[in-house]
Amino acid sequence: MVVEGIATLTAARDALAAKAVSAAELARHHLRRIAADRTGSFITVCEERALAEAKAADAAIAEDGQRGLLGVPIAHKDVFCTEGVRTTCASKMLEDFVAPYDATVVAKLKAAGAVLLGKTNMDEFAMGSSTETSHFGATRNPWDLGRVPGGSSGGSAAAVAAGLTPGATGTDTGGSVRHPAAFCGISGLKPTYGRVSRFGLVAFASSLDQGGPMARSVADLRILLRHMEGHDSRDSTSAPMRPTGSSGADKPLTIGVPSEYFEDLDSGIAAPLEEAARTFARLGHRLRAIALPHTAFAVPAYYVVASAEASTNLARFDGVRYGHRAQGVDSMEALYRQSRGEGFGVEVKRRILTGTYALSVGYYDAYYRQAQRVRRLIRQDFLDAFAEVDAILTPVTPCVAFPLGSSEVEGDPTTLYKQDAFTVPASLSGLPALSIPCGATRHPLPVGLQLIGPHFGEDRLLALGEAFQRETDWHLRTPPAVAT
Amino acid sequence: MSTRSAFSAAAVDKLLRLSALELPDAERPGVEADLRKIIDLIDALQAVDTSGVAPLAHPLAASQPLRADEATERVERDRYQSGAPAVRDGLYLVPRVLE
Repeated sequence: MVVEGIATLTAARDALAAKAVSAAELARHHLRRIAADRTGSFITVCEERALAEAKAADAAIAEDGQRGLLGVPIAHKDVFCTEGVRTTCASKMLEDFVAPYDATVVAKLKAAGAVLLGKTNMDEFAMGSSTETSHFGATRNPWDLGRVPGGSSGGSAAAVAAGLTPGATGTDTGGSVRHPAAFCGISGLKPTYGRVSRFGLVAFASSLDQGGPMARSVADLRILLRHMEGHDSRDSTSAPMRPTGSSGADKPLTIGVPSEYFEDLDSGIAAPLEEAARTFARLGHRLRAIALPHTAFAVPAYYVVASAEASTNLARFDGVRYGHRAQGVDSMEALYRQSRGEGFGVEVKRRILTGTYALSVGYYDAYYRQAQRVRRLIRQDFLDAFAEVDAILTPVTPCVAFPLGSSEVEGDPTTLYKQDAFTVPASLSGLPALSIPCGATRHPLPVGLQLIGPHFGEDRLLALGEAFQRETDWHLRTPPAVAT
Repeated sequence: MSTRSAFSAAAVDKLLRLSALELPDAERPGVEADLRKIIDLIDALQAVDTSGVAPLAHPLAASQPLRADEATERVERDRYQSGAPAVRDGLYLVPRVLE
């Protein structure tokens, strides 16, 4: 039995198809690793259910052979509703919440035969860039247990990097798939807004939220995406689309390099990015300097739009229909205020208050309308650029993984908000963006690169990423602390 | 245009009321200071000339596909109320509203 040597989701699927390993063996292997985990990647582990699903998968494979994701273990970020398994959003508010239905993404991956190992940790309600605001405690970066895994899908990223699961789902509102993927040295994709259904995904900012795959390699992302995407009549913003192909075309492209993303960039990030640009040139692609002039305004525009939408979406947590309820109160208003005050953590409260401020009488035009206008300018920058280039190459994060607790010591929440400077422009514009490892510091800590594509240009991004990963092996490196 | 000067401790009370949020006294000074910093950050938007630019609410310019006007969902009240903190006879229980 060769489970130890199976590093990628593609390898797991191929080993199942070749009957070199059983789904039960794969599930037991990963459950053992989760039991010994020191990163705190999981909120809930579904041991019995995973073993039962794996047994059923083995029976189906014996009958008809492996197909789809049959027998492949996965994990879901704990923001996707799962019938019969609690969905907490890493919040006290939903500590005991069990959804009465599956999210569309969950149902689709289940139908494809994937085995659910459990639900992964995250920043509370997906608000954060460090996975430190979880009610269940912080997740640690497998490359250095004293550092953060990035966020908000930090549990999924750390779990994949630590070999606890070959693939996981994440969600990305302002960078929450791409940022932790970069910090943990794995691959992650934020699809075009509308490609992956938001039905059953607990809403943070509805015009930005998008589910995406996280795995070791881009080839793995392609497999997961093909089982996650598709129009869904239960999500009114789901888009009709051409499905992602099973393989990408390898043709010479023009890759834009926007100067705004490289000004004052930390040399530890800039050097691997320059090397990556040389790799793309060696692969036959042309690189061209471009301008995205409104980039500097993306962070303030994002924090207005996302907080405004969050303050509205989170109004549903009222202590009446589901979630935490304060005890011993004697009026409706006290029930609302105390249930929400007790149930939400401080970062969630900050965002609700910021959003309420931006939407309140007298400030609506100055903040919310202005942010929406700036949003159009940012999207137009990209549309203009894509008239000249096929994809855009940028860093994912302004620094590598930072020590746990350092943002709290800083005492300024906006320091952490600026972590999102390179990821929020594509989010505001609804564009697909890929985050893949392209180097490491001497420590070593992973460094990621981002490829942004035009709307529904996932095939092109995945093909670029796959070609890059045929030339490099950053995506196959294993954190020393968790080596098998 | 600067809106910063309008932000005060009294404004926090109003925001908490509008947000239906209780904030323990110990958390108040920290949250007030944080909000000032966040408002400083978002005030940068005032520097952008957006005259003649229409607001963008949604990143895709697509129209919503409409489904057939047929009932497709079943009412499953008990199942959907199974996560509610307090229910009796299919009704949500709340503190007394009318005397």
